Amino acid sequence: MEGHAGQKAALTWAVHIAVVVLVVLWTVPTFGLLVSSFRDKDQLAATGWWTSLAASEQTIAARTDSPEAQAREGNLWVIRGNVFERGEGRVASWGTSSRAPAAFGPGETADLGDGETLAVEEDGSYLLSASAEMTGSRGQRIYVQSLVPPRFTTDNYATVVGAEGIGRAFLNTFTVTIPATVIPILVAAFAAYALAWMQFPGRALLIACVVGLLVVPLQLSLIPLLRFHNAIGLGKGYFGIWLAHTGFGLPLAIYLLRNYMVGLPKDIIEGARVDGATDFQIFRKIVLPLSFPALASFAIFQFLWTWNDLLVAKVFLGTSDSQLVMTGRIVELLGSRGGNWEILTAAAFLSIAVPLVVFFAMQKYLVRGLLAGSVK
Amino acid sequence: MGQILYAAATIVVGVFLCVAYFWGSNALLDRALPMKGPKAAANVRKANAIRPWLFLGPSMIVLGLYLVYPVFNSLWLSLHGSGGRDFVGLDNYVWLFGDAKFLESVRNNLLWLVFVPAMATFFGLVAAALTDRIRWGNLAKSLIFMPMAISFVGAAVIWKFVYDYRGADQEQIGLLNAIVVGLGGDPVAWITVPFWNNFFLMIILVWIQTGFAMVILSAALRGIPEETIEAAILDGASPLQIFWRIKIPQIWGTIAVVWTTITILVLKIFDIVFAMTNGQWGSQVLANMMYDWSFRAGDFGRGSAIAVILMLAVTPIMVWNIRNARKEGN
Repeated sequence: MEGHAGQKAALTWAVHIAVVVLVVLWTVPTFGLLVSSFRDKDQLAATGWWTSLAASEQTIAARTDSPEAQAREGNLWVIRGNVFERGEGRVASWGTSSRAPAAFGPGETADLGDGETLAVEEDGSYLLSASAEMTGSRGQRIYVQSLVPPRFTTDNYATVVGAEGIGRAFLNTFTVTIPATVIPILVAAFAAYALAWMQFPGRALLIACVVGLLVVPLQLSLIPLLRFHNAIGLGKGYFGIWLAHTGFGLPLAIYLLRNYMVGLPKDIIEGARVDGATDFQIFRKIVLPLSFPALASFAIFQFLWTWNDLLVAKVFLGTSDSQLVMTGRIVELLGSRGGNWEILTAAAFLSIAVPLVVFFAMQKYLVRGLLAGSVK
Repeated sequence: MGQILYAAATIVVGVFLCVAYFWGSNALLDRALPMKGPKAAANVRKANAIRPWLFLGPSMIVLGLYLVYPVFNSLWLSLHGSGGRDFVGLDNYVWLFGDAKFLESVRNNLLWLVFVPAMATFFGLVAAALTDRIRWGNLAKSLIFMPMAISFVGAAVIWKFVYDYRGADQEQIGLLNAIVVGLGGDPVAWITVPFWNNFFLMIILVWIQTGFAMVILSAALRGIPEETIEAAILDGASPLQIFWRIKIPQIWGTIAVVWTTITILVLKIFDIVFAMTNGQWGSQVLANMMYDWSFRAGDFGRGSAIAVILMLAVTPIMVWNIRNARKEGN
């Protein structure tokens, strides 16, 4: 009996550990993106994001102040200052030529010839002294290997929102998403009601058609619809993409809503009919309010799908700043700014922030919709 | 700002037009066929025959125009030249089956079809079974489910960062290469290694879809009747035995649904490949090839032919779905 209990405890521990491993595997990539988007861009390029809380080693190419700043101290001409512009960091080693950037340790003095000497302390302060007055307009080069404390900033976000056009793309994405979510719901709700509660010949066939259309690949519609839009003078633009998203979303909308409406209690609807209510009244006053959970489920699906879509936007919208959505803009950045992770991470996080908020706020309805859509 | 107003105006106008149509057409019908007077019974019958089509009308027009017509139009276009005018017979298909990139795409799509649904369903099943046993299971579920909300493009950026490669003399900032180097290996430019790069792209979709499989399978597992499990415990079955021999056989139907749903998604996979490799280094897939030929090369005939191949690939699933739906209906 005791052995059995011990085995059970071990199993419970194994379950806990396995779930922790799964959760870590599933969240770490996103977490890395989030952390990186707030890192200083030089540090981001130099070290992995998992080291972002530790000081990072960087090589800084600094210059002493120009000879104009020199002062006379006894019989020496000196320039004092600090290699760190922001007064933070620790010097690990330094040098005066790019060939030997780590020739000296902190506190050591380098002889530069002609009676000039340079000393750099650990805190970054330097002392350049000469026996004769220094000439020229530029200061002495100093290469410093330093340990720079971690720096976090929102500069990356400011850059992508403004200069990289993500701000405008954010607006464009909203412009696409909201009508593309609202309109199909309304159209589908009436059709779903007819398929659920009205008797007419061909109903079963229509339901079968909707189920079949659920899986028609989008790819099939792209060329014919683009030609159609061009032929009727709609061209590429918001109106066209709203219509396209409405069409592509309708089968799922009708299917989800019809399945939900069929499950509503028959007594209420038959009762209302006996009392002389018309179908329109039953739909508006009984079925629609009761179907709220299904409407919410579909709204979330459609919102996530239209927000995250790339293909439909690439085909039905133009590429100008006024029509490029976030996914399109990010794909463009992946091409043009492939190595600039400070830009890519911030842009990507901005684009996934809205769906994540919707996801966590409305998870209940999303799960419910998934279950209604697949488990039957 | 003007654009937001434009969108808001569209919603208002669109909603207004929809409501006006449904309400107006109903009112018209009621007026044309009044439920009173000498012909009331006949009128009611006629109205009841017409009304469903008023409700269904807008949906049927949109579905017909945006999904049904394109299927036939694509078939027609696939038999025509690049501009869609001159008839070329089966030339596009003949070209397709001789094209190396197409054969590569078919091979890759098959790899995707096997690997992604299998892995996503497997991890989803494991996650569902494990998280149901612990107290913080719901939190764990939320976190594993989270990638579902992330766009394929966002996921591509996330994983491109994980796969990031730098020369062996530099510090690695990509997580995967950092681990490899930390274990004493040499860094690899993962997404440019032919054949294996397909799997690095597939992992992204597995990562996204596992949450979906987990949610559905978790609900199915909870729906298993308690008695069957209690009987197994009384008979002395171990937890693993109960899971594989008692629970899994009872949720086969749901596993099949999850599998086919992910399969359909995989067939159409586009964004991930487009954003990560754009089909280079032997990672082309059908949907991306279709996009390339249709909208980069501007050859609607060849593009449509690839789309038709995609349609043929989903047809068995479509038939199976329709048959299942009809069985339930009866």
